[in-house]
Amino acid sequence: ISAWFCSCPPAFKAAVLIQQWYRRHVARLEMRRRCTWRIFQSIEYSCEQDQIKLHNFFSYLMDQFTPSSSKERDFISRMFISGESYKEAELEKYCDYETIEVPDSYTGPHLSFPLLPDHATALLEAFQQKQQLHARYVLNLLHETRKHLKQLPNISHVSTCYSEEITVCGDLHGQLDDLFLIFYKNGLPSPSKSYVFNGDFVDRGKQSLEILVILFTFLLIYPKEVHLNRGNHEDHMVNLRYGFCAGLSVHGKKILRMFQNVFCWLPLATLIDQKVLIIHGGISDTTDLDMLEKIQRNRFVSVLRLKKRKESSGKPQIQAINGESESGTDAAPRLSLQPQSAQAPSTANRLEFSRWLRQTVQEQIDTCRRLVDISESEPEELTYSSMVDSETELYFLSELCQSFQVLDILWSDPMPQEGCRENKVRGGGCYFGPDVTERFLEKYSLQFLIRSHECKQEGYEFCHSRKVLTIFSASNYYEIGSNRGAYVKLGPDLIPHFVQYQANKTAHLLTMTQRISRVEESAFRALREKLFAHTSALISAFKSYDRDNTGKIALSNWATAVESVLRLGLPWRMLRPQLVRSAEDGMLEYKSWLDDLAMEQRSQEHIQSSLLEVIYRNRSNLETIFRIIDRDHSGLISFEEFQQTWKLFSSHMNIELTDDGINDLVRSIDFNKDGNIDFNEFLEAFRLVRQGPSDDTCFPAGVPLLW
Amino acid sequence: MAEKEEKGEDGQVAEIEKKITEAFEVFDRESNKTVDVREIGCIVRSLGCFPTEAEVQELLEKIEVEEPGGFVHLEHFLPVMTKVLLDRRFRPIPEDVILHAFEALDENKCGYITKDDLVKHLTEGGEPFTQEEMEDMLAVALDPVTDTLHYRDYRTKLIVDETKTFPFNV
Repeated sequence: ISAWFCSCPPAFKAAVLIQQWYRRHVARLEMRRRCTWRIFQSIEYSCEQDQIKLHNFFSYLMDQFTPSSSKERDFISRMFISGESYKEAELEKYCDYETIEVPDSYTGPHLSFPLLPDHATALLEAFQQKQQLHARYVLNLLHETRKHLKQLPNISHVSTCYSEEITVCGDLHGQLDDLFLIFYKNGLPSPSKSYVFNGDFVDRGKQSLEILVILFTFLLIYPKEVHLNRGNHEDHMVNLRYGFCAGLSVHGKKILRMFQNVFCWLPLATLIDQKVLIIHGGISDTTDLDMLEKIQRNRFVSVLRLKKRKESSGKPQIQAINGESESGTDAAPRLSLQPQSAQAPSTANRLEFSRWLRQTVQEQIDTCRRLVDISESEPEELTYSSMVDSETELYFLSELCQSFQVLDILWSDPMPQEGCRENKVRGGGCYFGPDVTERFLEKYSLQFLIRSHECKQEGYEFCHSRKVLTIFSASNYYEIGSNRGAYVKLGPDLIPHFVQYQANKTAHLLTMTQRISRVEESAFRALREKLFAHTSALISAFKSYDRDNTGKIALSNWATAVESVLRLGLPWRMLRPQLVRSAEDGMLEYKSWLDDLAMEQRSQEHIQSSLLEVIYRNRSNLETIFRIIDRDHSGLISFEEFQQTWKLFSSHMNIELTDDGINDLVRSIDFNKDGNIDFNEFLEAFRLVRQGPSDDTCFPAGVPLLW
Repeated sequence: MAEKEEKGEDGQVAEIEKKITEAFEVFDRESNKTVDVREIGCIVRSLGCFPTEAEVQELLEKIEVEEPGGFVHLEHFLPVMTKVLLDRRFRPIPEDVILHAFEALDENKCGYITKDDLVKHLTEGGEPFTQEEMEDMLAVALDPVTDTLHYRDYRTKLIVDETKTFPFNV
């Protein structure tokens, strides 16, 4: 090649060089873009894992904690019964809106029922102008929405012969701008414009409430044309974690209660022309549409709140906490917290249940057995006759099966490999392979699946040979410029047409380089936070490569060590230049590297640094726990509650902390002496940590000890 | 690349292999140790190399490409790429060479190239840009007021960006 090249005219040679050089630049950008994406996704999913760890924490409490005083018992039961069910009448009374007065000074939109298109327009305009809807109307809307949802089946059936085109939208996550964009580009819902919203309307984005109000309003105005599917974020536990509860006003408690009782009534799936199934997450190899049609979906206020346990005898015992009951009588089938004293279901439900049971007994046994993995038990035990005797136990088993059905629908992700396995990354649902999809589609004579749940750079993505379509409607999800949003339109031919968008004007104007840089910065900031939060563990890991105690580690070992601690599955060698500023001779002084990280992250307060590190690492879990304790969502909890929670939490996490440590911590927060902690401020303090001057508390406490 | 003496050849090779594997896996969409053959050029370049398109093709001929679909397996890519890095092939283009290249296209030696000239040279000559590549470059490089490329500034801008993120001191 070189000989030929030399004989070319100079302009030609120059062109080759410039092209060569430019293509290198573009390749680097592409690599950076993909690495950034990886960072965000791995952090996001590890957060979801935390969610499961948190609920395991609660289970642990249930197992280990024997309340010694009535006060403690109260406290614990309060933590768990926050998903308690309400009978119809109680709900009306507790979350009533009629007594709430709308003051004359209120300038926002007024709603009256039944809703009309004008109300929808008024709401859209009001929200565009950053106005808020009065709590009374919110509650009223929620009551009406709940009434409507209750009469819907678990799986909505839609036909393209009535409304020529159906538009399907994915996750919105409180990003109102995206919803506005969709309506702007595609038109508002109407008798000639059908919509399916595929879950995850809330959390993360700042305008979850507005999105719900708009969606519910359109749902009530155009019940035949608007369909909502439940997503994994339409779940009380997840809301607490991800901040939907923050920022609700005076009547926040009522509103939140109502949301719990509305979310659980959202349908689980939508079926178009009997050919295209739309679910939020995905499927598993045990997904059974017939079972899904039959279950009482409202029982699953939070699908995360169940746990399967085996006693030493090998017989499975199940504890589950379900949502509201259907029956108006006293004997609601609420399962108690203690395994021994599980209550029998109510008479009405029992009969109904037995009838259903006799119809599908063997099938149920097989399914349950598979799901609950009772391989240890004798097969003979699970005959029908033995079950007649232990009907209660089978009831629980079936509850569990049903819960898993719902869990899988809301949390699963497709994977390229064949088979079906537990989704450990998310902590719920499964990873399902193309063979699972194929079998499922064949079984129910479907053409393809539409799901959401995963952010995609282009707003949509096919997989499993175009049999599974992921549609994601929250643009700039991780950061401005991180991804586009999209929606898909289906006509009678069921051929998907996509429309993509990005909700931030400046994103368009930024060049590719600038967009990537911006998102990248954000990703690395998040990554550095994570690294800081694991300082002590990192030091241990580095030390294991530094037998001679030189304080240095080879860059090649740095990557391995970091991955062993953080377990994010990231390409650390590719990311290194952004994380490690200077290294001599290929060796890194890890102590000063960690100090540099800490510099970005420290607090002004004189708080013991190991505690700081622990809190920092667990702050989102703490936040969730605190929100549960703060039942009226006022942002205040008592000092005692704080102490109690912290004790429980630290004993579970095996954190050694003295009472003094806790007291110091609390004292450093500026709370008034009436015994209440403004925990929002407390959490904020740990979110934005900055370094105070001087001293030894500059280092994470672990460091001086080790040195 | 500065590795300690005592690590020796093996250590160096092992480290290179790890880097290649990491870069490869970033493009491995299905997590099955294969990438689309069209991404190979990107991977090679992000490992610090500056091959021409012809050189990428040459490289691909050494690597077995699986049909149908055109996939490359990590196990075939790794030895070839390791040799490339050990032999230090496809070295970065020095700053002054790029400058001369731009100057060669600047007939009047005025410090800039017009959009039309640039497009003509880069989409018709050398290893022609696709329309998309050309548009992307113009979006950043061109001064929209005068429709010209001031190549010294442009080159400086891109070089700063490079050094910030160049992962391997190979």
